[in-house]
Amino acid sequence: MEPQSELELTPPRRVWTVSGLLAQLKQGLEREFFDVWIEGEISNFHQAASRHCYFTLKDGQSQLRAALFASQARYLRVKLRDGLQVRVRGRVSVYEARGELQCYVEHVEALGRGDLQAAFEALKEKLAQQGLFDAARKRPLPALPRRIGLITSPRGAAIADMVRVLHRRFPNLDLLLYPVAVQGEAAAGEIATALDYFGAPGAPPVDLLIVGRGGGSLEDLWPFNDERVARALARAPVPVISAVGHETDFTIADFVADLRAPTPSAAAELAVRPKAEFLREQAALRRHLEQAMRYRLLRRRHELNDLARHRAFYALQQRMTQRGQRLDELTHRLERALRRQLERLERRFNSAAAQARRQDPRLRLAVARTRMERLQERLTGLWRERAAARRHRLAAAAALIEERNPLQVLRRGYALVFDAQGKLATAPEAFAAGDALRIRFAAGWLDAQAGPRR
Amino acid sequence: MGKTGGFEVSLQRLEAIVAELERAELPLDQSLTLFEEGMLLVEDCRKQLDAAEGKVEMLVKRAGALLPEAFSPAGEPPEE
Repeated sequence: MEPQSELELTPPRRVWTVSGLLAQLKQGLEREFFDVWIEGEISNFHQAASRHCYFTLKDGQSQLRAALFASQARYLRVKLRDGLQVRVRGRVSVYEARGELQCYVEHVEALGRGDLQAAFEALKEKLAQQGLFDAARKRPLPALPRRIGLITSPRGAAIADMVRVLHRRFPNLDLLLYPVAVQGEAAAGEIATALDYFGAPGAPPVDLLIVGRGGGSLEDLWPFNDERVARALARAPVPVISAVGHETDFTIADFVADLRAPTPSAAAELAVRPKAEFLREQAALRRHLEQAMRYRLLRRRHELNDLARHRAFYALQQRMTQRGQRLDELTHRLERALRRQLERLERRFNSAAAQARRQDPRLRLAVARTRMERLQERLTGLWRERAAARRHRLAAAAALIEERNPLQVLRRGYALVFDAQGKLATAPEAFAAGDALRIRFAAGWLDAQAGPRR
Repeated sequence: MGKTGGFEVSLQRLEAIVAELERAELPLDQSLTLFEEGMLLVEDCRKQLDAAEGKVEMLVKRAGALLPEAFSPAGEPPEE
């Protein structure tokens, strides 16, 4: 200690006002300590209605008041609480109203968390390199899941939200909950076991899995950053939606899952389309099917009518009718001729018999009988011959008709060419270059234009 | 659950059939065959939509095995 007398020797005496001193101190501190990192433990933490956070940073010997304004607090990844070891970054200043030293905090890292964060980054890097996050690994969700496996806590909002949303969208969807702890030490192991359970033989089959929990602090979500969960997700037997209730942060599970939903309700929305939508689609497809078929039938009927009305076909039909008539006529004439011949033969036989009776009855009768038998033979022979000829001609005519049937010809790959007036063209001379022409295929019409004649 | 793939396959086939019928280049008997197949698929898809029963179950450990039991989330009245 310096003796009092020496102090009095130092002129001139300077007297500060309190505020002047504090202002001076503040200036000095802010110049010297405008950006420092301080390590300590949080105590007396509280958050005001304004969302500003106030706490004390302490170590074994000392403590320092600290303030964290709401504008910065928003960006923190750490949930502040008493007892948390932290490293803060900020400026040291004086709270003049109370004459207190205060640290205005810009950023906080949890010390324990620092390790966790490093572990998170390391695991993320490792799994990414092993391809667990690859887009190619992501499986599409089933179009229609009939049973969905839910891996979450049986209590709380998450399961209630999912059941409600899923059944609102698809009332007869089956849901199977595998209850797990979603925070704490055991959670990661239970979640991994649950995921593996659905892949085990004999497990109730599901089409889709949702694994998740409601919102919470970063520590609460930590089980979803566990490597066991990540590996189990990667080998899940069916597509998995991750639903860890945190809008901004991704967990490792989010990266590995086939689809990431920001909340359990959102996962439920993604899991299945509303049944009403399916039903509307089905009805529409059925309607299309019926319309297409009706249209096909109608069109075919029109095509046949068109074809029947067409000149070429009409002419052929005419010919077919004429041929039919001619056949009828021929048949009729043949029958008449045969009948006349038969009558003539009968008359001749009758007169021969009469003559015989008139002459030598016995001899004449025998001669007459022989003649009659010969005549009968000739007559039947003639009949058979004529009938065979008739059958043959009928068959030939039928074959000719069938062969000339334009549909038959067209089906073999031929096509008919018509000019613009609908007249059948039989030679290239019917067209000048540039003339419109219509081509009739078996299955429809094609409009075309004539090129140069070759 | 196997059948799910069935639903997707049925739906795709149904859409293909409608498209093919609408192209209208097929002989009538083939169109009819397709139409009949399409109507069967519509019925099949409809059946698959109604196949599940809307059960909510939780797996509960009983004598070392996990067995499904009816479950109702807290806050909702239990079903039956």
